[in-house]
Amino acid sequence: MTDAVEPAPQSAPQPTRFQRFARSDLLWSYLRSPVAIVSSIVATVLILAAILAPWLAPYTPFDPATLNLMDGFTPPDSTSFAGHYFLLGADNQGRDMLSTIMYGSRLSLFVGFSATVLAAGLGVGLGLIAGYLGGFVDAAIMRIADIQLSFPAILIALLIFGIARGLIPPAQQQNAAVWVLIIAIGLANWAQFARTVRGATLVERRREYVAAARIMGVRPISILFRHVLPNVLGPVLVIATIGLALAIIEEATLSYLGVGVPPTQPSLGTLIRTGQQFMFSGEWWIVLFPAVALVLLALSVNLLGDWLRDALNPKLRR
Amino acid sequence: MVAFIARRLGQSVLVMLAVALIAFLIFRFVGDPVASMLGQDANQGDIAELRDRLGLNDPFYLQFYHFVLDALRGDFGISYRLQQPVSDLILSRLPATIELAVTSAVIALVFGIVLGIYTALRRRSVETAFIMTVSLIGVSLPTFLIGIGLIYLFAVELQVLPSFGRGQVVDLGWWRTGFLTESGLKSLILPAITLSLFQLTLIMRLVRAEMLEVLRTDYIRFARARGLARRVIHFRHALRNTLVPVITIAGLQLGSVIAFAIITETVFQWPGVGSLFVNSVQAVDVPVMAAYLVFVALVFVVINLIVDILYWVVNPRLRDSASGGR
Amino acid sequence: MSKFLARAAGVLLGATMLAGVAQAETVRWARASDALTLDPHSQNQGVTHNLAHHIYETLVDRDTAGALQPRLALDWYVKEDDPTVWVFELRQGVTFHNGNAFTAEDVVFSLDRARSASSNMRQLHATVESVTAIDDYTVEVKMSGPSPIYPNNLTNTFIMDKTWSEEHDLQEVQDFAAGESNYAVLNTNGTGPYMLVSREVDVETVLALYEGHWAETPPEVTEIIYLPIADNATRVAALLSGNVDIVQDVPVQDIERLSNTAGIRVETGPENRVIYFGYRFGDEPLRSSNITDRNPFNDPLVREAMALALDRDAIQQIVMRGYSIPTGVATPPFVDGWTPELDAYEPANVQRARELMAEAGYANGFTVTLDTPNNRYVNDEAISQAYVGMLGQIGIQVTLASRPIAEHSPVILNNESDFYLLGWGVPTFDSAYIFNDLIHSKTETHGTYNVGLYTNPELDEMIISLATETDETVRDATVAAIWAQVQEDRVLLPVHNQVLAYAMRDDITLAVHPENQPLMTTVTFD
Repeated sequence: MTDAVEPAPQSAPQPTRFQRFARSDLLWSYLRSPVAIVSSIVATVLILAAILAPWLAPYTPFDPATLNLMDGFTPPDSTSFAGHYFLLGADNQGRDMLSTIMYGSRLSLFVGFSATVLAAGLGVGLGLIAGYLGGFVDAAIMRIADIQLSFPAILIALLIFGIARGLIPPAQQQNAAVWVLIIAIGLANWAQFARTVRGATLVERRREYVAAARIMGVRPISILFRHVLPNVLGPVLVIATIGLALAIIEEATLSYLGVGVPPTQPSLGTLIRTGQQFMFSGEWWIVLFPAVALVLLALSVNLLGDWLRDALNPKLRR
Repeated sequence: MVAFIARRLGQSVLVMLAVALIAFLIFRFVGDPVASMLGQDANQGDIAELRDRLGLNDPFYLQFYHFVLDALRGDFGISYRLQQPVSDLILSRLPATIELAVTSAVIALVFGIVLGIYTALRRRSVETAFIMTVSLIGVSLPTFLIGIGLIYLFAVELQVLPSFGRGQVVDLGWWRTGFLTESGLKSLILPAITLSLFQLTLIMRLVRAEMLEVLRTDYIRFARARGLARRVIHFRHALRNTLVPVITIAGLQLGSVIAFAIITETVFQWPGVGSLFVNSVQAVDVPVMAAYLVFVALVFVVINLIVDILYWVVNPRLRDSASGGR
Repeated sequence: MSKFLARAAGVLLGATMLAGVAQAETVRWARASDALTLDPHSQNQGVTHNLAHHIYETLVDRDTAGALQPRLALDWYVKEDDPTVWVFELRQGVTFHNGNAFTAEDVVFSLDRARSASSNMRQLHATVESVTAIDDYTVEVKMSGPSPIYPNNLTNTFIMDKTWSEEHDLQEVQDFAAGESNYAVLNTNGTGPYMLVSREVDVETVLALYEGHWAETPPEVTEIIYLPIADNATRVAALLSGNVDIVQDVPVQDIERLSNTAGIRVETGPENRVIYFGYRFGDEPLRSSNITDRNPFNDPLVREAMALALDRDAIQQIVMRGYSIPTGVATPPFVDGWTPELDAYEPANVQRARELMAEAGYANGFTVTLDTPNNRYVNDEAISQAYVGMLGQIGIQVTLASRPIAEHSPVILNNESDFYLLGWGVPTFDSAYIFNDLIHSKTETHGTYNVGLYTNPELDEMIISLATETDETVRDATVAAIWAQVQEDRVLLPVHNQVLAYAMRDDITLAVHPENQPLMTTVTFD
């Protein structure tokens, strides 16, 4: 076993965390981890392909005017009715799978990132405040979290869709769909962060160094962000890594239930939902490729986050 | 202790009231039940009349007042879609969901904790790398795709397990159980696995993370320095200290299991409250949706209450703050 | 030796079991959704009626070609001296499942119940003034005026037992506002070929053969296990894995795979339902368009261009995989008034469509939102999506708003849609049913689904006259004239008539029913 006891790094006073990464501990750890290297390469390729889709994709599947329905169901690596070459085949609408996946990943990543940032920002902030201040503020925030947690994320999202439907006239709803999704998924997931951060803060707050800092006259806000926050980041990272994949999957699930982005501009989730219909009929490429893209994306992000967590956490760093 | 529980109870009641309001508010927005209640033959006159009879033209606060009063009596009205009392519908569907959720939660907890400890203690082994990778693939697939994949493999290709439903159930009066028949148990396997995978992964990762943290704390190091046996250190000291966050998460996850059951039940046509809810959403069956939300909230509030109390029992350091602020 | 004997015994046993199977056949029948209720007058909805047809019976019935057939009524005619009275002569010797005899009183009770305030069937009986029993087996229905097609409205109005209904306080149809559940929602007492054994809503309904049924030859199916399975893949998987025997709502993409699977066969046939696009008429600008000073759909040139952009054949071939019947008129061929001339459609012509758009002043196109359901008709969302692409080629940039039918319906019924997809079934097999709801100006009683608010007073008058016109030649001429005007104005843009597919174990024969209401009594075994 290599779990030998090593001296713990001093928890305070810290130079800024980023200075410490720059001292190439991170790079050293990265170069020693094949998983990190591979997953970061895969993630980078997928993310770049998504971001650069408008310039890299062979076709423009989000522009319906360029489609030919008769190209529908063209198998992978073949030339279609209208004479187009489709490396990964075409879906039921005659869209090039490769291009559609690139554009779809772009949408999924955008929704996933935005929703996770929203959830994490909200959850960490409220969790820190609740855990540190305690008392009435804590009770209020955690009761709100309870209410929110009483509803499954899917329900929250349906619920926010409901409100959006009430507020946005039917004619405009589709254009707002992406933003509604981000808000719905973001708001559906903040409480997980808040609960965890609060729990950790409660414990952390009792630690000697926080008491010491307080006695030294450090402002509460400063204690929160300089000292407590870094020490609760471990669990937050666990949730956030899974959270990004989760957000993408939640989007897919919402699509499965019939609320999501319009099928004319599909995300990976919508693509899987529509492709799923063709699982028994032999057009495996319509569901397989988007599913593989989604799994690769979520998996590489997860693995990368996993490694980052180990590498960043001062207590786990070796 | 009594004061603490009383306070929590009071808060829980407030939470339930708030949820009732939200449940009621939201589904007043979601859709117009009248359009789906009347067939393609309805005309404008019919529609106006039905709205009136359903009380949909009453002022908003009046509708909510009636809603809460009735809800307290367990009366959520009549399902628009199925024309049966909503409480009967939910009660008759509850055993299926509870059996599925409990089975999944047990699978998730047992395997999650065991695998979490294993991967924490042997963090460099090949098995750990394998388990961690597989677990990540598991969470990277949407639940419905996993379910359909399992159906395709085990029901269609191998034909060893049923593709849908609960199999044969035994009626125990007020509880229909699938635990007592072979087909019932067989039917439970695929949905329970599908439902547990996500929670299993989450619990496993959390146990592992917590375990790793605890193993690095001072007092474990002291314990080692004192020469205590590894086994004693790991299971007496380290595991006990990982329990606090694990209880929280496991508690929360039990609620999520019921929530996630919505998708699993839909895919496997499992006759629980989750599939009832999805069908109701599709048909804008407001009374069922509202009752379901209140029901899920109740489950969560109860679980939270238990978790809070356990938290308090397990971690004495929290006692003074939990019972009285600063 | 003993092994041989055992095997021989096994064979013998197998043979006897096979013989036994012919006596008692259970069919596990799966479709996408469950009947909403067992109360026969509470919901006017196809799936609900379909199950009810096994337990209850109607006065008249329709065969698969659409012709009216006797069921509980043996004969029906307009009273000689009074054109506003329909006379029904009833079948004798019929008993309900509980043993009560079926008489005219039951018919009076049931028709009164069906047209009561909280009944969902009352639209079909709106012109009935009173129902009277003349003797035990004769019933007269007095109408507010001559109603030549009234018997067509009776094919889904079921007859209940008066005595039983009164015992269980069922005079009124389920009233939602009353806050109580009706006994008839979960309990039945009909005259039909099957009796209810058990029912778990959304899960399983079991029916067993009613030994006392009046039919001379009992159906081959002696037990029905009815299983709603909502998810397409799960439903198909259930048949592939042998967990069900008949699957009713087979997705078009799975027809081929199922047909090629040993032990499974697929029946396909046309449904009495047309799928069409509709758009908003009138001068008021569209809600979802970038053209804010006028309504592009109100321009006949634009409507013509849109028709020419619609490649029905491509939709049939790719989206529907050949399982649809493209059409140029918004009525299925089953309906009186349909003609092959109306049915013909111009082939798609994008070039010409673009010219028309330019001529109409929309050379740069415009934007609009298309509202489509995504769980109601066969591949509804994919049809709309395909049309979005086709419209894109003539410059109309469409945003697709795809919703489950329960959310699509309010948008449609509240006239909040600029452009939409809808399907229309015609249970009366008569054009008037289409005109009343889709073409007539929107009023309290008519034009409920005239989503585009098309209005033409002349047509309205002609449509109203159909209800009371007794001269068939005049009526046919009026119907033809209305259709001509509807086609000229391009009030609706029809796509195709829906085709249904049923998949089943290959020793089962069940023909596709044009109203998608297959009866298990028609099932035969090889």
